[in-house]
Amino acid sequence: MGIYELSLATIVGINIILALGLNLITGYCGQISLGHAAFFGTGAYVVALMAKAGYPAPINLVCAMLITGGIGIVVGVASLRVRHDFLAITTMGVGFLFLGIVRQQDSVLGGEMGLSGIPSIGLEKPAFLMLVLAVAALCTLFSVYIKKSWMGFAFDAVATDEDTARLLTVNVPVYKLTAFALGTAMAGLAGGLYCYFTRFIMPDDFGFITSISVLSMVAVGGIGSVPGVIIGTMLLTLLPEMSEFLSDYKLFFYGALLFGVMRFAPDGLAGVGSSLRGMLKRSGRAV
Amino acid sequence: MSVLLDVHNVTMHFGGVHALTEVSFDVQDGEFLSLIGPNGAGKTTMLRAITGVVSPQNASIKLAGQAIERLATHRRAALGLAMTNQIVRPFNSMTLRDNVALAVGHQRVATVFRAITAINRDTERKKAGELLEMVGIGDYADQEVLGQPLGRLKRLEVARALALKPKLLLLDEPLAGLNHIEAARFADVVVGINREGLTVVMIEHNLGEVLRVSDRLVVLDNGRKIAEGEPESVMRMPHVRAAYVGKEADHAAA
Repeated sequence: MGIYELSLATIVGINIILALGLNLITGYCGQISLGHAAFFGTGAYVVALMAKAGYPAPINLVCAMLITGGIGIVVGVASLRVRHDFLAITTMGVGFLFLGIVRQQDSVLGGEMGLSGIPSIGLEKPAFLMLVLAVAALCTLFSVYIKKSWMGFAFDAVATDEDTARLLTVNVPVYKLTAFALGTAMAGLAGGLYCYFTRFIMPDDFGFITSISVLSMVAVGGIGSVPGVIIGTMLLTLLPEMSEFLSDYKLFFYGALLFGVMRFAPDGLAGVGSSLRGMLKRSGRAV
Repeated sequence: MSVLLDVHNVTMHFGGVHALTEVSFDVQDGEFLSLIGPNGAGKTTMLRAITGVVSPQNASIKLAGQAIERLATHRRAALGLAMTNQIVRPFNSMTLRDNVALAVGHQRVATVFRAITAINRDTERKKAGELLEMVGIGDYADQEVLGQPLGRLKRLEVARALALKPKLLLLDEPLAGLNHIEAARFADVVVGINREGLTVVMIEHNLGEVLRVSDRLVVLDNGRKIAEGEPESVMRMPHVRAAYVGKEADHAAA
């Protein structure tokens, strides 16, 4: 693998962690978020500041998760009273709030120029890729486990009909906050890894476009489906790299894909896959 | 018999609409009470106020002596209140069995920590199968919810409510949308559940079945309680006939 392929694979791994985090919130628990990049950014800034202050990488990454998850809970509490489109607007606002802070704050956060000169994690590129892939694999296992557990069962109920979930004794606010905490902690971890990967971060890396891109990865793959989200993330990360045309029109491509999926296949690639399997099964039975 | 549910002075106004005005009644342990009245009388709002889905301006509600009017819906449900919806609300993402299994295992999701450490659903799924069998839809347990006929979904609502092992079962028009035979058969299922000791409060427009199965009636009209008592004596009251039976008697006789 050349440097370029290594970088690309690393970005795919980081995006998978990021997208699986959003999938926990939006896919499992049904809470739309248009501000996921803010949590990605929080993790990155936490690691950048701590690394520059001389703390070791493992501690920085754990702190990125904890601090981001904590902020996720605060945002979650503020969002408990709103649902659906209002939640979308609220989380979008959180994204812009984050940008506003990191853009304007010069002395600590570097303002528009961002933060540079972040110390290396001390791993060569292939080893760093392995670390990222290992973390992505852990997040995948965690997601699959959650889905199978009674927590996933409760998330499913909250996502489908929260009023009925309440009638069945489910403490809806607590489950929503848990989803926010877990999903944003994963975003924080992804942000921390991203920070060690580029060693230079600036506000634009964590803008609205990033939030929409992650949402596209989740939606195109199939909201709620772990394999779907992983495939969606790989496709949307790699396709613009493979074709110059797609790269130039990346936003147009993401937008068109998001629109197309929502309109024609709301369950994403995972949904298309399972209906194809269903069709094959039915035609097999007919024969 | 002791009082299981004590509803006192419930007042609920939606803007200028007086959905409920100072309604009080109680439900005895083991009783089958029907809440009747014309459309818009406030019956469904009453059940929702009891479960806490809506918050009345004024209310004092006690379940088995404990004041519940300030508790969140999920806490009231955990204390033994179960409600079925008039418009069925199954979890579309699940099979019929899993809809019920979640309710059977509701204690597993009582805390986040317990929920994240519990995986196995076999016992709950088995119990769910038995409950679906009991309401007569055991054969369809492993089918998806989407595409099921209304009659089955109505029964699913009841099975799911029973799965909570409630002290009090609140039924909002369980017979609506069922044909004559289905309605009688399903009313018998509910009576059977009541005979086994579960207290039932039912909203129902099918007066024939109401009179057949209820121990006692509470009549609401325009958000106020206008009568309560034994079914026959209530039905003989002129103002009840005027408010309710006058409009519905022909319908019920048919």
